[in-house]
Amino acid sequence: MSLITASSLGLSHGAEVILRDVDFAISSGEIVTLVGPNGSGKSTLVRLLLGILSPTAGRVRRRPGLRIGYVPQKLSIDASLPLTVARFLALPDRHAPAAISQELENVGIPGLEQRQLTALSGGQFQRALLARALLTAPDILVLDEPTQGLDQQGEAAFYRLIDEVRARTGAAVLLVSHDLHVVMSASDRVICLNGHVCCEGTPHLVADAPEYRALFGHGTQGALALYPHDHDHCHDHSHGEGCDHA
Amino acid sequence: MLDDFLIRAALAGVGLSIAVGPLGSFVVWRRMAYFGDATAHAAILGVALALIFSAPVTLGTLVVAAAMALAVSWLSTRGHAMDATLGVLSHSALALGLVAISFVPGVRVDLSAFLFGDILAVTWADLAVIWGGAGLVAALIAWRWSRLLTATLSRDLAAASGINADREGLILTLSLAVVVAVALKVVGALLIAAMLIIPAAAARGPARAPETMAVLAALIGAFASLAGLAASYQFDTPAGPSIVVAASAIYLVSALFSRLLPS
Repeated sequence: MSLITASSLGLSHGAEVILRDVDFAISSGEIVTLVGPNGSGKSTLVRLLLGILSPTAGRVRRRPGLRIGYVPQKLSIDASLPLTVARFLALPDRHAPAAISQELENVGIPGLEQRQLTALSGGQFQRALLARALLTAPDILVLDEPTQGLDQQGEAAFYRLIDEVRARTGAAVLLVSHDLHVVMSASDRVICLNGHVCCEGTPHLVADAPEYRALFGHGTQGALALYPHDHDHCHDHSHGEGCDHA
Repeated sequence: MLDDFLIRAALAGVGLSIAVGPLGSFVVWRRMAYFGDATAHAAILGVALALIFSAPVTLGTLVVAAAMALAVSWLSTRGHAMDATLGVLSHSALALGLVAISFVPGVRVDLSAFLFGDILAVTWADLAVIWGGAGLVAALIAWRWSRLLTATLSRDLAAASGINADREGLILTLSLAVVVAVALKVVGALLIAAMLIIPAAAARGPARAPETMAVLAALIGAFASLAGLAASYQFDTPAGPSIVVAASAIYLVSALFSRLLPS
């Protein structure tokens, strides 16, 4: 059974249509990447799927009791709020100190429990966010452009970590990205979004799709090799037909 | 030997601090300082309406403060430019209240008691109201602590964890109205916001965790109440403002220490 299913999903503010006719499903253990240019409605779709926003058309169904680990695009901590990493990881649900230490080690920032959240570097902060999401033993990890502000090395390392996490926990991963390089080959499925679903399929299918190229050009092709990822199993995905860019 | 009225005043200040410590921390974290001001100023309008309709002053204050707090938080979700809107609402409510009080028939009302508090005239019945209201707010915040904190950190993180940030915001909004209603007698409408913000701001420096900051803010508020009362007794200064001055002095010391000893 799908973890999250959406059918004919749409969101409009008055006359402004932000998303329309989006059908979406993600199954256990799947890695799905959502790509699209800025303003294409990626974050909006994620927020609809999580129930942060309510759709103006269509509906979202989450499997009952679904545990979601959410890593937001950005999180600004007000300087007036004193917050250690360990306390942040225990929000809103308390966890044993040992579990917190173990999770920090898993995401590659061991021993930072007592550090103030505001004192972390960009990369450490993203990993802390990930650790917090993982502590709830999620069925699905939702990451909204989690590598913003990281350099290319940091980005590659972060995606390697996500892949490790998937392998270890079996959680599904829904990843939002504004470009395809580095992460793309790790995905089982890529959905290209631009107000609606432009095209959908395996990473290479999407990278070759004219709709994708119309949005992104050819520039990212070479970078796909940056992070090769071998699957020892096969997927059969259909490639969405009949995209239009009206 | 301490006078009876001084003991009641001290108990009133300490009781109020139980609520303003944690609530004030949220006011600081969520940048609701001006929001607190507007709600507190609305209390004067509540006083006027209560006097006109011969209702209990605390009830009138509570109702009008709650209405103001709800109106302001509703406006903020509608995307109004809050700085100017709050300024308009805050001062309009205050001015309207002052005008309305002049229509109250009968004996002339001692306005300064409502503007600056009248802690030395606190009765045992007042004390029951203050401790009841403050205890209620403190218990509510303690109960919802984790949810309130998550919602304060990020609406989206809260929603992904199944927490309704609007509901948590509403709890803080109503708590603010309760605190305004019970604090009116202690420090008065003009200085309630000061008692919310100054102890919490003073607690920020030494605190390393949100819980510490809330508890520390309550302790600072209580200490400032006692110190302010002592100073008021000693130097014959107005009690409410003296309490706020004491809190400000603690803030100053805390700020200097944080500057000199960066953690």
